[in-house]
Amino acid sequence: MKLLDKIFKFNGGVQTNPKKDISTKNSIKCLPIPSELRLPLRQHIGNMPKLKVKVGDQVLKGELIAEADGNISAAIHAPTSGKIKSVEKLLIPHPSGLPDFCVTLIPDKKDQWIKKAPVNWEKLGMEKTIKLLLNSGIVGLGGAAFPSHLKLGNNRNSPINTLIINAAECEPYITCDDMLMRERGNDLIKGIKLVQSLLGAKQTIIGIEDNKPEAYKIISDLIIKESSVHIKVVPTIYPSGDAKRLIFLINGIKISKEKRSSEYGIQMFNVATIVAIYRFIVHGEASLSRIVTITGNIKEPRNYEVLFGTPLESLIQDTGGQKIRNNTFIMGGPMMGFKLPSIDVSVTKTMNCVISAEPEMIEAKKEPLPCIRCAKCAEACPVLLQPQELFWFSKSDQFEKAQNYNLFDCIECGCCSYVCPSNIPLVQFYRYAKSEIIAQSIEKEEADIARERNDFRILRLEREKKERAERNAQRKAENTSEEKSKLIEEKRAEIAAAMNRIKDNEKIK
Amino acid sequence: MFNQQSPFVQKAPTVTLVMMLVMFALLPGIIAYIFFFGIGVLLNLTIAIITALISEYFVLKIRNLPVKLFITDGSAVVAASLLALSIPSIAPWWIIVIGTLFTIIIAKHFYGGLGSNLFNPAMVGYAVLLVSFPAVMTKWPLPASHLLDFNIVQQIQIFFYGTKEIIDSVSSATPLDYIKTQIFLGKPFDLNFTNGMPINSYFNASIIISLSFLLGGVFMWWIKIITWHLPVTFLLSLALISAIFWLIDSSQYLPPFIHLFSGGTLLCAFFIITDPVSGPTTPRGKIFFAFGVALLVYLIRVFGGYPEGVAFAVIFMNICVPLIDSLTQPKVFGHE
Amino acid sequence: MLTSILIILFLAVIIGLVLGFSSVQFKVKGDPIIEKIDSILPQTQCGQCNYPGCKPYATAIAKGEADINQCPPGGEAGVRALAELMGVEYKPLNESHGTTKPKAIAFIDEDTCIGCTLCIQACPVDAILGAAKQMHTIIEKECTGCELCLPPCPVDCITMESIEENAENWKWKYPVYSISTSKTKVNH
Repeated sequence: MKLLDKIFKFNGGVQTNPKKDISTKNSIKCLPIPSELRLPLRQHIGNMPKLKVKVGDQVLKGELIAEADGNISAAIHAPTSGKIKSVEKLLIPHPSGLPDFCVTLIPDKKDQWIKKAPVNWEKLGMEKTIKLLLNSGIVGLGGAAFPSHLKLGNNRNSPINTLIINAAECEPYITCDDMLMRERGNDLIKGIKLVQSLLGAKQTIIGIEDNKPEAYKIISDLIIKESSVHIKVVPTIYPSGDAKRLIFLINGIKISKEKRSSEYGIQMFNVATIVAIYRFIVHGEASLSRIVTITGNIKEPRNYEVLFGTPLESLIQDTGGQKIRNNTFIMGGPMMGFKLPSIDVSVTKTMNCVISAEPEMIEAKKEPLPCIRCAKCAEACPVLLQPQELFWFSKSDQFEKAQNYNLFDCIECGCCSYVCPSNIPLVQFYRYAKSEIIAQSIEKEEADIARERNDFRILRLEREKKERAERNAQRKAENTSEEKSKLIEEKRAEIAAAMNRIKDNEKIK
Repeated sequence: MFNQQSPFVQKAPTVTLVMMLVMFALLPGIIAYIFFFGIGVLLNLTIAIITALISEYFVLKIRNLPVKLFITDGSAVVAASLLALSIPSIAPWWIIVIGTLFTIIIAKHFYGGLGSNLFNPAMVGYAVLLVSFPAVMTKWPLPASHLLDFNIVQQIQIFFYGTKEIIDSVSSATPLDYIKTQIFLGKPFDLNFTNGMPINSYFNASIIISLSFLLGGVFMWWIKIITWHLPVTFLLSLALISAIFWLIDSSQYLPPFIHLFSGGTLLCAFFIITDPVSGPTTPRGKIFFAFGVALLVYLIRVFGGYPEGVAFAVIFMNICVPLIDSLTQPKVFGHE
Repeated sequence: MLTSILIILFLAVIIGLVLGFSSVQFKVKGDPIIEKIDSILPQTQCGQCNYPGCKPYATAIAKGEADINQCPPGGEAGVRALAELMGVEYKPLNESHGTTKPKAIAFIDEDTCIGCTLCIQACPVDAILGAAKQMHTIIEKECTGCELCLPPCPVDCITMESIEENAENWKWKYPVYSISTSKTKVNH
């Protein structure tokens, strides 16, 4: 295919030290069921799901614990059978270190499945299938956690003709997708064919980086017989795994931040998400587990298949713990991840990797110097932004100017900070500026509503005053002396008639 | 603390390393310079660097900034060295001291310090010296055909006790100066320089020094300290503009070859206009900037009052940099 | 001499005509400065500025009767924005009008509420739901934290509860690193 041979290269990006072979020496290991599972309710983009169980309930494996609230939401299922111990605020893997609602499940070790119901989507039709997917718990397992049912579906307005599978895994250290392709390749290919039919796409292209030769061989052998599934190797440059960058690398189409890839007939899924969709549709299994890479400064780094809610402590213990003890763990990759507040958190849908911090990652770096306008950051930015301008504006709180320079197009990949000679923590400023701007716009919206309500209240009070005045005036106008005496006459006649009626009634009695 | 958030890894040379690599790239040029123009160059460099570091120390203390962090970043050393390489080697010691003080204190720190200077500090220092002491600044010694031609003792004497008479006796005009004067006087000049004027040896020295700076410049491009946009555009533009004028009237205008290899052209192309702080930040902006500098250099050299126009051309284009930056913003990925 | 006078006269007439035409054609209705000031104010409608609401305060600022530093809910940022808009110098908040407090929402203790509707009449944004002899409650989303409902309540059943940071409204903080050896306060 001509498109497969054409090489596209996006501007910028950096060459990182991949450090992938640390965790690919061993195969994926499954841990035994832990003694406690803590499931945060908020593990995805969108609304928090509505709780369907209460403390003390017995649940089966795969049973719905919380159902999706609205369309942009996802469900939570019990990863194994057991009893609900509590629903309370516990520590979650979030950069803020703040607690959030979690459901604690005590497994009964029986691992009893609920009745599995595979989905015959061809018979049910797309609408009903999407409704079932809404409560399948499947979200993007590449780290973004966007509810997947919103991306499936045969939308007549913007039909999908190309399905792109994101097998790039560009961040250093992370190898969960690589190992998934090596060991669960069959499920992946079946899932690809299924999703391709669900979307009605004509072809599928798997995008993989050139540092995964084993996975490439296994996958390309599996798709030899498939005429509509192809695999394209892209050069290993960070961040080639970013959705819009990968689309450009594969077919040269540049999609801006405002537009969705579906408007261009392209839909993209991570390899792990495809396998999850396959297991739900064909086997009726909700999303209950994922593969996590534990790597870095650790005694036995490898990949694990874990149930959601598994305490991270038990995973770290199984690897033998840190080689150099510093009690610092990073969730995600070293370029875009964040420091975990503590190891006392559980595995969530977004946890693709936990890096035990190497000394170089946490040692006190040199103090930042002022910006010397060398524009190395602009050379490295894959979105062709001007990081130095965004830095000056974010630093001085000139948020409007920062937005003029397209601050929200920034994907926070970290390439700019990676190359800065002055050691400036650029991405920290962009995150700060973005959350300030969002908070300010929410405040402004609330202020606008308050202003409207206040204006309406003043209007209402004046209206009531006016109505009262009008009524008084009308009553005064009505009551001239003739009319007044007429009214009095009428009233007297009515009273007399009523008195007579009473007297008559008494007489009858 | 810096390492509280991602990215947790980094691979970038520090500012100090970049500045030291620039000094390393200047070495071939410095050696060639000393070879042809004597030990005065070395004296200028040494005094310049010492003055720069001392004055920066005091200014940092007054400004209440961490001294160790800023004095070790090497930017003062580079600016002072570039200034020292721009002035004649037989200039007395007070010339370089005044120039360096202006460069560091006024052109760099009065505008805000590292990363905030509006104008190229070395060029500001040079411009101040040129305008204040024109006589001394235009007296260059005759280049030697080999090192021993120079009397080291005499050079040191001139450096520390230079008087007008002594300087006059060892100096001569630069090629550009000579040709400008000839044109002004309406006399013909011989491009082949075979009429025995010392200009000939002068020009040979100029070529070799320029090639040494070119070597240093290519090294800097190879290790990715600078991009190709500025030097290539500057040299091509200067060649093009001088070629156009030369083709129009070759008796009045010099050929491109001479413009490219005389004066501070190659030093300017690789070391002066590539100053990141005062230059543009966008690739297209760099092309406009370099073209503007080349045009102004040519105009000042040919039609202006000074024999060498690099300093004023650079300073003038520095003023235009914010406008150039805002007009040449690259199109963001995916935007129309 | 005569020609120069005539030329200047001619120019004056032309410019006068253009200016007059523009002043009629491009006349702006109303006073937009009041709207601009009002859009900066936080719309808490609390009256701490000594005016009965944000719009009256905006009008007073526009007329020059009030100073720009009388609004505690707007905070320092609000005063700075007003200073920039009005072209006056920034001055710190006037403490006599109150201090900037973190946003809080009123809460009615339903065990104590007697259904007197006095708080409903006091609320400037109609954020209290209820009727005579019926239970009153605060609509959380609409409450601006102005505290005007606290004084009228005869049984003191209303309290202010500050909004604490949780996983939903958490914001990234300003990266703090100082390269100055002086002890300047970082105002973030």
